[in-house]
Amino acid sequence: MSASALTISSVDKFYGPIDRGVHAVQKLSIEIAKGEIIALLGSSGCGKTSTLRMIAGFEEVSRGEISVAGRKVHKLPPVKRNVAMAFEGYSLYPPLTVRENMAFALKAARLQKSEVDAKVASIAKLLEIEDILDRYPSSVSGGQQQRASLGRALIRDADLHLLDEPMGQLEPQLRAVLRGRIKHFIKERGLTAILVTHDQTEANALADRIAVMEGGVLQQFDTPQMIKERPANLFTGTFVGEPPMNVFEAFVGSGAGRINLRLPDGLSLDYDKDAFSGPVREALLNRERVIIGIRPYAVRRSKDGVPATVSANQWLGDQTHIAADFAGGSLVLVEHDRTRLELGAPINVSIDPANLHVFDQSSGNAISHGMELA
Amino acid sequence: MEHTSLLERVLRGIALTLVVVFFMFPIVWIFMMSFQTNEMILRIPPQLVFEPTLANYTALITGKLQTAAGTLDIAFMRNLWNSIFLSVTSVAVALLLGVPAAYAFARHKFRGSEDIAFTLLSFRFAPALLVLLPLTLYFQKLGLANTYFGLIWVYQLICLPLILWIVRGYFEDIPADIEYAYRIAGHSWFATFRKIALPLAGPGIAAAGLLAFIFAWNNFVFALVLASADKQPVTVGALAFITSSGIQYGQISAAIVLSITPTLALALYAQRYLVEGLSLGAVKG
Repeated sequence: MSASALTISSVDKFYGPIDRGVHAVQKLSIEIAKGEIIALLGSSGCGKTSTLRMIAGFEEVSRGEISVAGRKVHKLPPVKRNVAMAFEGYSLYPPLTVRENMAFALKAARLQKSEVDAKVASIAKLLEIEDILDRYPSSVSGGQQQRASLGRALIRDADLHLLDEPMGQLEPQLRAVLRGRIKHFIKERGLTAILVTHDQTEANALADRIAVMEGGVLQQFDTPQMIKERPANLFTGTFVGEPPMNVFEAFVGSGAGRINLRLPDGLSLDYDKDAFSGPVREALLNRERVIIGIRPYAVRRSKDGVPATVSANQWLGDQTHIAADFAGGSLVLVEHDRTRLELGAPINVSIDPANLHVFDQSSGNAISHGMELA
Repeated sequence: MEHTSLLERVLRGIALTLVVVFFMFPIVWIFMMSFQTNEMILRIPPQLVFEPTLANYTALITGKLQTAAGTLDIAFMRNLWNSIFLSVTSVAVALLLGVPAAYAFARHKFRGSEDIAFTLLSFRFAPALLVLLPLTLYFQKLGLANTYFGLIWVYQLICLPLILWIVRGYFEDIPADIEYAYRIAGHSWFATFRKIALPLAGPGIAAAGLLAFIFAWNNFVFALVLASADKQPVTVGALAFITSSGIQYGQISAAIVLSITPTLALALYAQRYLVEGLSLGAVKG
């Protein structure tokens, strides 16, 4: 299990001349063990697809090394890397049927026809495309093409499976079902997969670890739980989580056994200093200004809290999203019951110090999560 | 279907008829002339009803031209063969060279690739006559004047840029990921070119080949200057019908009918193939 399936060490990607062109991926280092599912998560243009294409061999590595299953591959042509890939744009071969498209990926493996048929049938069943196997890509829907493309990648027995936005075109219900099945399929066969996505639900559901990227730089590479509970910096904190983390600038103050975080508009969050561990207290008091982040689920309404004014109230069928004007900005809180609050209604909110994420004001790096230092 | 009134349909019919008559008239007229003798053609007023004769075709095929001044030898069948040979070979050579080059220009951007592609296109900018004088001198020095080899080489000036630029566009329209998908499944780039890029660009290659063939077939001035009688294509050979005893309109017409037949047949055949290719070519998802 611990054998390394993929090692990316200090990889740079420039589009255009080295050091002068667009620096799409910067000093990226990632190590992935065999059998892991990794998600590359980030917004458009963050370098995740460039990274994937460098692993596949469609983009040249400007600097650094990539090894797949212990072999240095960054100078090899794609055919020699033994990786499989599902493309974002499906890229099925138009003159072939869906079945032929999937079987085609096995051609190089030289299997018996019966074996190929069995494999295609089982993957088609998994992805629910049995009924379109004999149709041509141009005559089936985008979602079906995408599943065929995913099938063409999964059917192969490769060292590494690269999946570029593999489920972007599917309906939500189907996506949820397939996520579970695909994860089971990958795990059962001990495959290693790298998934590129901008959908954090997908990343959370499928991946063992998530690499969050932004501006070509790896922000954090950790389990979904750790990324949610202990975001490494302000970007990860605000990028991951739905609805996004509430963020405010605060001045740190102290006195009479209390620590208070003064927010704009004369508001203040006031805590007993024992609510923080010693090192956290010290880290806070060393700084004049910090940025605090609170997950919407962690904001509670309470009688003795800090005042805010409701600016929007949405019932989503299973939870209520309330937005409130607060400290010169907007604060979003989530409640599980249907809440009847008029627009403009005054509410009071309180935030448990255990749910407080504190970030450095200039670097954005995390200082503390609740009681503990980051 | 949208609803159209009777008036609209009538007007549309008239307009279509006018266009068809306008474009088809010369061809129909030439076709009719090819079955008439010179005297019948030059009758005033011209007559639609006549007694058809195959004399023009016989003269062309046997190579014996009967004129008022006596019998004249003409090499029309030889010319026709020259046209076919020169055009087919030129297009074949241009396809062989141009298609891989177009693929390279479409897929592999390298330093100066745009400049080279543009230079190739610029061959078509210069008036042929301007190029011909120095070319003739060189060709005579090199011993290439009045050889099929030399002519086919010069015909590349016509065919190669055309094929290169048309086919390049078709290659660029194929999503690169389709080729990547094939390559990552364990195939070399040459296999990808052969099995994926070529078939997908097939209709485009056919269209470019057809166009190049027509251009090569219709070329006049290169062959006029660089080829002597036994290597001349029909375009130049037709000059032989302007004889000392008058212009042989009947034979000219028959020659035209014979010489447009291959291109017409090819165009009709390829048209069917092109339409098929285009309706199949839903490359994008």
